[in-house]
Amino acid sequence: MNESLSILAMQVLNGLAYGMLLFLLAAGLSLIFGNMDILNLAHGSFYMLGAYIALSVAQYLDNFWLALILAPLLVGLISLVLELGLLRISYNRGHLTQVLLTFGLAYVFNDLVRWIWGAAIHTLTPPASISGSLEIMGQTFPRYRVFVVLLGFVIAFLLWFFQEKTRWGAIIRAGVSDKEMVGGLGINIHLVFTLIFALGGVLAGLSGVAAGPILGLYPGMDFETLIFALIVVVVGGLGSFTATFGGAIIIGLADTLGKVWFPEASLFLIFAIMAVVLLVKPQGLFGGRAA
Amino acid sequence: MMIKLKSFKIGKILLVIAILGLIILPLVGCGNGGSTNSSSGDNKSGSNATVGSTEPFKVGLIIPKSNVYATLGENLSNGMTMYFDEIGWKAGGREIQLLQEDEENDAQAALRKAKKLVESDKSDVLVGVVNSSIALAIRDYVDQNKVPFLVAHAGAVGLTRAKKSDYVYRISFTNEQVNFPNGKWTYENLGKKVFVIAPDYAAGKEQINGFKKGFTSAGGTIVGEAWPPLGTNDYGSYLQQITKAKPDAVYAFFAGTDAVRFVQQYSEFGLKKKIPLNGSGWLNAEDVRPAQGGAVEGVKGSLYWQLALDTPENKNFVENYKKKFGKEPSGEAVEGYDAARVIAEGLETLKGDSSDKLKVAQAWGDIKFVSPRGPIEFDKENHMIIQNIYLAETQKIDGKLQNKIIATFKNVKDPI
Repeated sequence: MNESLSILAMQVLNGLAYGMLLFLLAAGLSLIFGNMDILNLAHGSFYMLGAYIALSVAQYLDNFWLALILAPLLVGLISLVLELGLLRISYNRGHLTQVLLTFGLAYVFNDLVRWIWGAAIHTLTPPASISGSLEIMGQTFPRYRVFVVLLGFVIAFLLWFFQEKTRWGAIIRAGVSDKEMVGGLGINIHLVFTLIFALGGVLAGLSGVAAGPILGLYPGMDFETLIFALIVVVVGGLGSFTATFGGAIIIGLADTLGKVWFPEASLFLIFAIMAVVLLVKPQGLFGGRAA
Repeated sequence: MMIKLKSFKIGKILLVIAILGLIILPLVGCGNGGSTNSSSGDNKSGSNATVGSTEPFKVGLIIPKSNVYATLGENLSNGMTMYFDEIGWKAGGREIQLLQEDEENDAQAALRKAKKLVESDKSDVLVGVVNSSIALAIRDYVDQNKVPFLVAHAGAVGLTRAKKSDYVYRISFTNEQVNFPNGKWTYENLGKKVFVIAPDYAAGKEQINGFKKGFTSAGGTIVGEAWPPLGTNDYGSYLQQITKAKPDAVYAFFAGTDAVRFVQQYSEFGLKKKIPLNGSGWLNAEDVRPAQGGAVEGVKGSLYWQLALDTPENKNFVENYKKKFGKEPSGEAVEGYDAARVIAEGLETLKGDSSDKLKVAQAWGDIKFVSPRGPIEFDKENHMIIQNIYLAETQKIDGKLQNKIIATFKNVKDPI
């Protein structure tokens, strides 16, 4: 097989792995924003918390798989408490209050993480079964990234199934279209919000754990990834997990391939894509289904 | 109506992206601004003291307290605190105070902090700075305002070449100095064809340039270069470029999180087994090795100091540092320790008289001593430190990964 073609195939696989991490992160953000109309700027903090909690769990229990399950659940619990304790009060106080509140929380979490885990760099070590490398088409490729791609597809499928085929999914879809109507139908919209917020937290936590072995853990990882997640939401559009999935794959591939073809302009490329999408289809490439 | 609502929502996200991008990123995690360490708390009032002699001597330290280089800043500050503790925060009959500010990885912000330290806090000298563009911005300020500035980390060559100043001395290194002798060594020991890779910013270019000077003048050929952006998440595409170029060795400069990711991915993509990885010593420095895990075994790097350095001065330093901070020191801790010693000994030779700022700076230039990193002195020509450079390889010794010194290059000057 042609060598440059197999190298390209590896880049695509790389881009997919990165896209999956972005998807897990942005799915929660888009879900919360689409339903609750809250732009949760502490979402990056959930991502960071997921990674750091997983670090501690993996250290104490010496088991990456348990960390992969427990850390997102704990982050979900934290976000549940936040929704009940803080965000709920802010619902009828307008957007500015919510943006300031979640932004403030992001700083609190940033300092908290630095206080508990310190400013040093850490990484998560995946178990032997998914670390090391694979030989694919004459190229060496890290096994863990293949795992991330698979994990991303599985979670994406589960979310799609949940949203399209279950009653809860139907309520969430209805919530994106018209909240008041959902409330009018006798559904406890507050409970829906709480659960959505917690689910968003779980997803962000999961993406933090999954990203740990690739991107590392360090103070500032929260804000850095938040920007990418926001871009994914803009490019993909609101309304469904499918839209976020599409947006994440596009940004993941554009970022990775951009580095190969136009190394000087790789960051610019992502913003350029965002600008073009906004001009051509302001509601996002796959968004606006509800409209 | 719905579409309008949606695009309004998107607009809101855009606004937030813009805000995050413009304001927040440079300040990421902007920590505690101006914490002060001073002598053991005895509050001597300087009100009726004679000017110059018994007033506290204030040292303004500018270091990163947030972002990727936060740990470097913390270690620098620890090293300084440790030395001042050893001499009881007194030199030349004066009490020493250490004022700290976050350089925030932003030249404008750091310059503001420098002005604050000098103009409102009345610092006698400035010290520190990790980011080179920040050091250059502060250099212009101190040159105009006659404030002695001891650069304790930033490695831009210009600071002690084209932009050298009567008031600026450098106790750290230049980006070229740490790599230059390694160039010849690489040619003699690893091979004639090398691929170079470093982050795409001034320091990255200078680091590689220092290597190239030594490597090509010995007869080597650069068979490929890659310049990923600073803070790259994913080096996969660059690693595949390296595989394609088939070099005898790879020479890299990465620090902090970049070093962790690059070294890990170098191993994950299977290159470690095929092509030796050499570079500047941040690649396998003490602060990144724990996070790099087994991936760093066999990686080589040249630097002005190594933990494993077997001299009485270094052993003593390492032991005391561990006792005090509960962890092993890094190269930045040594820079901080030496910087504090230069400042204190300078003040000692002037018998505490810091009224003539030029003399304060010139006193630094005459100081030489045996530091934990070996003998050091300043080059009178450019105010740049002359020091040994050590090449260390990470090896598994007694089941633990450690850096072992495999070559020592003595009394290296900045290769102009």
